[in-house]
Amino acid sequence: MQIIETKNLTHIYNKGSVFEKIALDDINLSINAGEIVALIGHTGSGKSTLIQHFNGLLMPTLGDVFIAGDSTGDKTKLKSIRQKAGLVFQYPEHQLFEPTVYADVAFGPTKMGLGQDEIDTRTREALKLVGLTEDCFEKSPFELSGGQKRRAAIAGVLAMRPEVLILDEPAAGLDPRGKDEILSQIQKMHTELGITVILVSHSMDDAAKLAQRILVMERGRITIDGSPTEVFSQGEVLQAIGLDLPQISKLMNRLAQENPAIQKGVFSLDAAAAELLTLARKGAEK
Amino acid sequence: MTRITVGNHYPTGSILHRTDPRVKLAGTVLYVTALLFVNNFLGFILAAVFIAALIKISKVPPRLIFRGLRMIFFMLVFAASINIFFTSGQNVLLHFGIIRITTEGLTLAAHMIARLVLIVTGTSMLTLTSTPIQLTDGIESGLRPLKVIKVPVHDIAMIMTIAMRSIPNLSEEMDKIMKAQKARGAELDTGSLTKRALSLVPILVPLFVSAFKWANELATAMEARCYRGDINRTRMKEMKMNAKDWAAAAIMLASVIAIAGTRWVI
Repeated sequence: MQIIETKNLTHIYNKGSVFEKIALDDINLSINAGEIVALIGHTGSGKSTLIQHFNGLLMPTLGDVFIAGDSTGDKTKLKSIRQKAGLVFQYPEHQLFEPTVYADVAFGPTKMGLGQDEIDTRTREALKLVGLTEDCFEKSPFELSGGQKRRAAIAGVLAMRPEVLILDEPAAGLDPRGKDEILSQIQKMHTELGITVILVSHSMDDAAKLAQRILVMERGRITIDGSPTEVFSQGEVLQAIGLDLPQISKLMNRLAQENPAIQKGVFSLDAAAAELLTLARKGAEK
Repeated sequence: MTRITVGNHYPTGSILHRTDPRVKLAGTVLYVTALLFVNNFLGFILAAVFIAALIKISKVPPRLIFRGLRMIFFMLVFAASINIFFTSGQNVLLHFGIIRITTEGLTLAAHMIARLVLIVTGTSMLTLTSTPIQLTDGIESGLRPLKVIKVPVHDIAMIMTIAMRSIPNLSEEMDKIMKAQKARGAELDTGSLTKRALSLVPILVPLFVSAFKWANELATAMEARCYRGDINRTRMKEMKMNAKDWAAAAIMLASVIAIAGTRWVI
């Protein structure tokens, strides 16, 4: 089932003025429910513009965007679209404002007009999902550490029980440990809740760790769309548009140049080790 | 992504743009004062000719100047009607119930409109031809004599510069926060007045937090680079009056005296 679909989506900033800029150029895309997709591209390639169309914060200049079958152009559906497609912005901790963590996470469900019990259930559930314990609930958001703040902000979106979770650079600005925690929690949410996840990143290593499907954007277009293996075997194309490969793919693609028996596009350490071991065994047998 | 510009500087590189900002600032102050002296149409015509010449020299498209006038349109209508309806005079043109319109009233209203229009166009010539930074530099340098009586002139100028510098930052930040809260279900433009006022809380709290954070970081960065006010501070762009600036100052002074002088001519 398609959860997100775009048809000839084009977005032009400041149309008709001297500052006119085509940010999205005729994008046709469909994302299936339950997928975990990484959206990769350079600064200014249109990633952030694209995801803001997924919950109706930006409207297409041309074309249409459908979320679970509803067009974002339909004003009466906008509220339910924003609930279905939960968007977590870059540095989401900057949006925290309530006196306590609990109240901040409850903001979304309260705005949805749910009953008190339902709000409480969803808030606790969301906080538990991101791994914040009871003792944090009554703290001020500003007392938390950087990683905790970010998780509280993500919980604020999760509490609305979205069908798609869209995260813009969820690991930006965190230390390596905070980064690993966030990424593994996203993985966990995907498996436990079965929700669709769209992850915007410029880190190939992050994308390789999580994604089942990778979309590469360049200058407002989607240039590559495929599984990680398919994408990472096109090292030259990626490097031509200024994107890097995961460390391990770089090594494996380089080895493949020397020995054609090695498969290109390997992107995890385990797969690479297995690949090399089989090769070594074959060599020994001969 | 809307571009917000501070002030309404319109660069054309004309000679008026290159004139020392202190000359333009002093000229504007004197010009506005002169307009307050004017009490007959000759003065207003002279001032209008002066401004028209400046607009021509500056190469700024006149529609930009009229756009500034549009904003004071209601003020003009208000000021004019007060003068028309509430001025007592001898030559009654129209008498209808409590409404009395006199020639004195009409003249006063016309003077009022001419004065306001000329003041607004004159001052907008100043902001159109100078960048905000030039203006603050000009103010700092022009107010320097006040240092003798312990007015912290440099600090005031620095505060103004930073304030102007932070406006684009704040508007960008506000845009981001508004989007983020909308994504969490905040409704910003519906509901009753109290509801709408309350819906500003999720925007303003994060905005203030980020503004304070920004200010704090900027202060640290300034201190790390040994900022300590204007003690022993030199400028990258020294303001020096050259021959052209003195000539411009002389022309402005002469025009301003001529405009004010019309009061005693007729």
